[in-house]
Amino acid sequence: MAWTRKILRVNLSKGTCASEPLNNDWAAKYLGQRGLATKYFVEEVDPKVEALSPDNKLIMATGPLTGTTASTAGRYSVITKGALTGAIACSNSGGFFGNEMKNAGWDMIIFEGKAATPVYLLVQNDDAQLVDAAEYWGTSVWDTEEGLKAKHQDPMLRVASIGVSGEKGVKFACVINDMDRAAGRSGVGTVMGSKNLKAVAIRGTLGVSVEDPAAFMDAAAAGKQVLADNPVTGQGLPAMGTQVLMNVINETGALPTRNSRDIQFESAGKISAEAMAEPRASDSKANLVTNAACFACTIACGRISTVDRTHYTVKDRPEYQKASGGLEYEAAWALGAATGVEDLDALTFANFICNEQGIDPISFGTTVGAAMEMFEDGVITTKETDGLELKFGSAQALTDLVELTGKGEGFGAEIGLGSKLFCEKYGKPELSMSVKGQEFPAYDARGIQGMGLTYATSNRGGCHLRSYTVASEVLGIPEKTDPLVTEGKAGLVKAFQDATAVVDSAGLCIFTTFAWSMDDIAPQIDAACEGDWSVENLMEVGERIWNLERQFNLAAGFTGKDDTLPKRLLKDAAKTGPAKGLTSGLDKMLPEYYELRGWTADGVPSNETISRLGL
Amino acid sequence: MLKSLHIDPDKCTGCVQCELACSYENEGVFNVAKSRIRVFRFHDEGRVVPYTCTQCAEAWCMQACPVAAISKNPDTGAMEVSDPVCVGCKVCTIACPFGTINYNQSTGKVIKCDLCGGDPACAKACPTQAITFINADETGMGRMRQWASKTDAGQSASAAQA
Repeated sequence: MAWTRKILRVNLSKGTCASEPLNNDWAAKYLGQRGLATKYFVEEVDPKVEALSPDNKLIMATGPLTGTTASTAGRYSVITKGALTGAIACSNSGGFFGNEMKNAGWDMIIFEGKAATPVYLLVQNDDAQLVDAAEYWGTSVWDTEEGLKAKHQDPMLRVASIGVSGEKGVKFACVINDMDRAAGRSGVGTVMGSKNLKAVAIRGTLGVSVEDPAAFMDAAAAGKQVLADNPVTGQGLPAMGTQVLMNVINETGALPTRNSRDIQFESAGKISAEAMAEPRASDSKANLVTNAACFACTIACGRISTVDRTHYTVKDRPEYQKASGGLEYEAAWALGAATGVEDLDALTFANFICNEQGIDPISFGTTVGAAMEMFEDGVITTKETDGLELKFGSAQALTDLVELTGKGEGFGAEIGLGSKLFCEKYGKPELSMSVKGQEFPAYDARGIQGMGLTYATSNRGGCHLRSYTVASEVLGIPEKTDPLVTEGKAGLVKAFQDATAVVDSAGLCIFTTFAWSMDDIAPQIDAACEGDWSVENLMEVGERIWNLERQFNLAAGFTGKDDTLPKRLLKDAAKTGPAKGLTSGLDKMLPEYYELRGWTADGVPSNETISRLGL
Repeated sequence: MLKSLHIDPDKCTGCVQCELACSYENEGVFNVAKSRIRVFRFHDEGRVVPYTCTQCAEAWCMQACPVAAISKNPDTGAMEVSDPVCVGCKVCTIACPFGTINYNQSTGKVIKCDLCGGDPACAKACPTQAITFINADETGMGRMRQWASKTDAGQSASAAQA
């Protein structure tokens, strides 16, 4: 019940697909999806493995609630050693693919080895087979998805695939499902490409059942009511999407701008949710067409947008004049504020290409921002950039580069290294706004202090989706804390990290936690799953998952010294806004965080912690 | 009073909670592939449209059935399939102009919307009121009211008097 109790193991080297039973003891300790797949991964993979080696594995995993009527319960995650980071990677995606995988009868799919030639995996319930993908290799995510649906005469087929970027080894390639939903970060798509695995196409019609249906329906209904009644999940997100944050974070003085040289963007309003809703001059239509939901989601924060048909990026290209996945906050920030570009249509077009070719807009935009800074400082010139004038604010440079990077061509292949390798290559490592090799997102650690500790300690590198303390420090959820102080942030980060690990392991979307506490989540998991899933037990599961990931990273070669931030955030004071004069107070938070975690002063889980958590 | 399902695609987000509710009601599990109501996403237009049987009076499915397995429920107006009688010949699936009656391989019978006996689960599950269950005679009232609010006839008349 809830779990299908079945795993599909696909050996790409041998070309075999085999079913095996789920390890129930592990499910009881790690729940599902992120936690359970990470347990499988660390048990099976040498932590020192090269991310792009055939010995790395890649797991697609659903949670026990995936496929049920619980709000947002359609998620799946991709777990591997990240190509961008060399750390444990776990990228979570919505859309409809996760439900399809669960309905085909699989809790997870483990890919191992490397196919001799490009293949895709076709799963129709119990039947799984590897199929030659020669005709799709070299094509985009969009063409692959449409091509597979046509070939198999099944418009309901759900597809997760990589674009050309993932084939070409762009370090921040995503796995994209349902045209514009992304398992976006850490280069999980790059790993998929290194295995010659172009796509996974699934049709599932078996159904998902739960342990106590009556109790589950009550708990799920109560959860949906909480989401509907909450101003963020009931009104703000459906109406404005995550882009509701653009002006808010800018006013907070925490919008990393022009590679974090600035902390406020003078044109934030032009790339905000409000701008997306404004009728444009050419056709009186707004950028935003409508909002859209992922599977089972009663929030519906997704953006569907169009680019102005007269805009230079699309005017002779009708294929990009259609509606498609629009700007979320992180993408609008990375493509816009981080590069200083204020042209909403250019950003929307760049976002389309990120989806079409499967690249992470956060890492892409941040790397472009770093390249622009180096260009303006004369570190690189048009000689290195193939003639591109990489000035901050240049929409043309951004849109040229997104197409080049999406295909791993020319200077786009350089951007495709990610900011860490790119900046090291040109002798300016300090200009990479990354942690553990992964670019941090749209919250400046000087203006929102808790996010500094979040980035520094994130197990998958710089990331907001491991402990979103913005909720507390800016939005007052569950209670307001001062974003400019470090006091109390260690405990806040730990609590958010553990709770997030639970949500990511259940099949739910983290955005529910704008409204849901563990008291809303636990009854849904408890009714759906066999076993005891009290709040206390779940929080311990979350803490166990966090420590398991930490142990993997330490074994992979990371140390406490990697729990740090770019020098710019630690040394250069914010120039404007409420945080003016402040740097990140990471050094004040980190020792307390280690102590709360039960780790040594070097950031290693103590024996006592390991034994307490049953690791 | 007969009631009808009323669908307003403009309000639909494509969350498929209706499909989940329908499959749970009819199959006892969550399985959108077995839902009697289906949500279609037209990606390139940014539109999603829920679609199901409208319980039409002509009832081509009922007329086509060679074994009289489909009958009208006088209380709800729904055309219902009797599983013990249905022989799975699929003639109804050919007869229906809208495609809203379909074969179910796992049972060998056809499935269609039966309005859940008069309390449709899809309408209750819809978080945005894109699917409602209302007086069958007044499914157009919402749209009429919307257009009425846009007319300036009343304002013009008062302006002329002034």
